[in-house]
Amino acid sequence: MATETLSPVVETSFLLGRLTWDAIPLHEPILVATFIAVALGGLALVAALSWFRLWGYLWTEWFTSVDHKRIGIMYMVLGLVMLLRGFADAIMMRLQQAWAFNGAEGYLTAHHYDQVFTAHGVIMIFFVAMPFITGMMNLVMPLQIGARDVAFPFLNNFSFWMTVGGAVITMTSLFVGEFAQTGWLAYPPLSGLDGSPYVGVDYYIWGLQVAGVGTTLSGINLIVTIIKMRCPGMTLMRMPIFTWTALCSNILIVAAFPVLTATLALLSLDRYVGTNFFTADNGGNAMMYVNLIWIWGHPEVYILVLPAFGIFSEVTATFCRKPLFGYSSMVYATVCITILSYIVWLHHFFTMGAGASVNSFFGIASMIISIPTGAKLFNWLFTMYHGRIRYELPMMWTVAFMLTFAIGGMTGVMLAVPPADFVLHNSLFLVAHFHNVIIGGVLFGLFAGIYYWWPKAFGFRLEPFWGKVSFWCWVAGFWVAFTPLYVLGLMGVTRRMRVFDDPSLQIWFLIAALGAGLIACGIAAFLVQIAVSILHRDELRDLTGDPWDGRTLEWATASPPPAYNFAFTPIVHGVDAWWDMKTRGYVRPLEGFRPIHMPKNTGSGVLLAGFSTICALALIWYIWWLAALSFLAVIATAIHHTFNYSRDFDIPAAQVAATESMRTRLLGGRA
Amino acid sequence: MSTPAAAATDFYVREEEHHAPGSSTHLGFWIYLMSDCLIFAVLFATYGVLGTSLAGGPGPRDLFDLPLVALNTTLLLISSITYGFAMLAMHAGDRRKLLQWLAVTGLFGAAFVGVELYEFSHLIHEGAGPQRSGFLSAFFALVGTHGLHVSFGILWLIVLVAQVSRHGLIAANQRRITCLSLFWHFLDLVWIGVFTFVYLLGVLR
Repeated sequence: MATETLSPVVETSFLLGRLTWDAIPLHEPILVATFIAVALGGLALVAALSWFRLWGYLWTEWFTSVDHKRIGIMYMVLGLVMLLRGFADAIMMRLQQAWAFNGAEGYLTAHHYDQVFTAHGVIMIFFVAMPFITGMMNLVMPLQIGARDVAFPFLNNFSFWMTVGGAVITMTSLFVGEFAQTGWLAYPPLSGLDGSPYVGVDYYIWGLQVAGVGTTLSGINLIVTIIKMRCPGMTLMRMPIFTWTALCSNILIVAAFPVLTATLALLSLDRYVGTNFFTADNGGNAMMYVNLIWIWGHPEVYILVLPAFGIFSEVTATFCRKPLFGYSSMVYATVCITILSYIVWLHHFFTMGAGASVNSFFGIASMIISIPTGAKLFNWLFTMYHGRIRYELPMMWTVAFMLTFAIGGMTGVMLAVPPADFVLHNSLFLVAHFHNVIIGGVLFGLFAGIYYWWPKAFGFRLEPFWGKVSFWCWVAGFWVAFTPLYVLGLMGVTRRMRVFDDPSLQIWFLIAALGAGLIACGIAAFLVQIAVSILHRDELRDLTGDPWDGRTLEWATASPPPAYNFAFTPIVHGVDAWWDMKTRGYVRPLEGFRPIHMPKNTGSGVLLAGFSTICALALIWYIWWLAALSFLAVIATAIHHTFNYSRDFDIPAAQVAATESMRTRLLGGRA
Repeated sequence: MSTPAAAATDFYVREEEHHAPGSSTHLGFWIYLMSDCLIFAVLFATYGVLGTSLAGGPGPRDLFDLPLVALNTTLLLISSITYGFAMLAMHAGDRRKLLQWLAVTGLFGAAFVGVELYEFSHLIHEGAGPQRSGFLSAFFALVGTHGLHVSFGILWLIVLVAQVSRHGLIAANQRRITCLSLFWHFLDLVWIGVFTFVYLLGVLR
C-alpha cells in the first residue's frame, strides 16, 4: 500500500506560524476542482446577494436576530449545507471501496481517504445532525410552551454563530492544510503529536471546541426556557412530547458536552504543551481518552435521537387524529433513556479488556435501553391503531422509521452482547448498525419534522410529489446501501479499509455504492422539492396557521408566527392544548392588545464567534500573535457587551393590533 | 381567582404580569456551574487515574509543600468570607461598602493566584513540570484549571466594580454580583476538593 505523508517539515515563522504555500493542496486534483467549484459558487452567491442588495437585510433581520424562530431556521440551513459536504464524503468512500479490488488502488490516496472518513463522521454528527436537532428545538419548542422567546435570546444567537464557527474551521481544512486522519473520535496515540504531527488533528480539536461552546450554552438556554417560561397551566405532565424530549436532550447536552470539552482540552495539552495524558510513555494512558470521549459520545447519540422520537410522537398523534397513546409512559420512557444513556459508554470498547464483570454490567445496561425504546414503539403503534391515519409525508417518514429503526435496534442488542461484540467490533456490521439507527432514527425524524413544521416556519407547504420521490429514494437507498454492510461485517470485513484483497467481496460494495447513488437521488429530489415549493408558494400557501389540524400550541398562531409568537399568552388546561381550545370553543381575541416586551437584536454574537474562529485558526497554524490578539478581542467584546444595559424594547400595542388584524383578514373574517 | 368552571374556558392571559428581565438568570447560571463542575469532575477523574503514574519522576511526597498550600487555602477561604460581606453590603444597599469588600475579595484572590504561580514556577524549576509524568500532567491540569477560573473571576470582579461604580446597584448589577458570588463560592468548594484529594491524600500516600 502506498504510504505517503504530505506533512511538510514543520518550520514556523513568526508572522505565519507553520502556514506556508505547501499547505495549499495543489497536488490533489479533486481538491482543486472542489475548490474552484466552491469559489465560483461562493462568488455567484455573494454577487447575487450584492445585486439584490440583501446584505443589509440579512444582517439586521437574520444574522443579528435574537428571534428563536429565525435562529432555528439558520441552524437548519447550516445543517443542510453541511449535509451536502458530508454526503459528498460518503459517495467518495463508497466509490473508493467499490473500486479498489484486484490490485487496483482506487482513486484516493491513503492520506486523502483517511481524511474523508474522518471528516464524514465529524461533519455528519456535529455539523449536520446537531444543527438540525438544535434548530428544530429552537424553532418549535418555545412555540409549543406558549413562550415569546427563549430564556437568553442573545446567548442563543451567540451559540448559533459558534456552531457556524466550528463548521467554518472544519471546512477550511479542506483547502488549507489537511483534516485529521484518525477516525471521527481521534483516538490517541494516533492523534498525538507523534502519530499526527501536522495540522489535521488540530483542525479537528478546535472545530469541535468552538462548536462545543455553542452547543453547551444552547443546552443551558433551552433547559431554562422549558423550566421557567411555560405558559400558565402547562404543568410538566402537560408539555408536548417534543418539548419533553427537548428537555431531556438538553439535559444530556449539559451533562455530556463539558466532558468532551475537557477531554479535547487534555488532548490539545498533549499536542501543544507536551504533557502526558494519553501518550504511550511517561505514564500516559490512552484508554482513559477512549473512556472519556465515549462518556460524551454515548449520550450524544441520545441527544440526537430523543428529539427525533419527540417529532414522531407529534406527527403520529396529529396524523392519526388521536391523542398520543400512553402519554405518561412516553414521558417516563424518555426519562429512563436519558438516565440509562449515561451508564452504557463502555459498550463501545468491550474489547478493551476491562474484564467479564465490567463488560457484563455495561452489556446488560445497554440491553435494558431497548425496553423503554420498545415501549415508545408500541405507543406509536397503539396511537395508529383505530386512528384515522393520513399518509402525508411526515407520517410516511414515521412509518419508514418504525420499520427501519426496529431492525437497527435489534442489531444494537446483538452488539450489546459482549461475546458477540468481540466478533463484530470495528467491523462493517457496526457501521451498518449505527447508520441504521442514525439515518433510520435521527435523519428520518428530521425529515418528518421538516415536512411537518415547514408550513409553520414559512407559511406554505412543501409540495408532495418531489417529496415522495425523495422519500422512496432515501428509504430504498438506505437499505440497498447498508444491508450489504451488515453482510460484509458478519463475514469479518473491518471498517475504514481503503483497498481489498478478496475479489468475492466486491459485489457487496458495488451494491452499497448503488444504494449511495439512490440516496443521492433522494437528496437531489429534496432540493428540487424545496425549489419547486418556493416557486409555487402562492398555491401552497397556508393562511390558517394550522394546516394539519394540529394538537399543540405552535398551531395556535399564524404561519409564520409574528415576532412575539402569541398576542396573548395562552392558558393551558390539558395535554394537546390547541386541540382542547379548538374543541371547546376558543375565540381568537380581536382587541385589547397590549405592548409586548421583546429583546433587541445585537451583533455581539457574530463578533464574538468571529474572533473565536480566528483565534482557533491561529492556534491550528501556530500563529501565536494572532491567537493572543483575537483572544483579547473576544474578552474585550464580551466585556463591552456587558456594558450594554438596554437590551429590550416594547412592540407598541398599535403594531400588535395591526399584525393581528392582518391575520384576521387572512383568516377571512373567521375568528 | 375566578371559579374553576370559568377558568376552564379561559384560553389566554388578558393582563400579563410584567416579568422582570433576567428572572431566569440564576437558574441558568446554576446549570452553567454544574456543567463547569463536570469539567472539574473529568480533571479529578484524570488525576485519579494518572495520580500514581510517576514515570520514575518525583511524587507528591517529594513535591508538595503543605504549609504553602495551607496558606493558599486560607487566602481563598478568607476571600469567600469577604465576598459574603460584600453580599451583605449589597442587600443593605451600601454601595461604598460593597465596592470595598469586592476590592478586598479581589486582592485575596490575586494573592491566591500569585502563590499558586510561585508554586508552579518552583515545581517547573525543579524539573517537575507538566511534561515530566502523567501524574504531573494531571496535577497541573487540575490545579491550573482552578487557577484560571479564579483569574477569570478576578477579571469579572474588576468589570463589576466598574459597572457598579458607573450605574449603581441597579437590578442588573445585583444579579451579576449574585452570579459572581455563586461562581466564587463554587471555586472555593472545588478547591477544598483539590486540597483534600490532591495535596493531603497525596502526601499521605
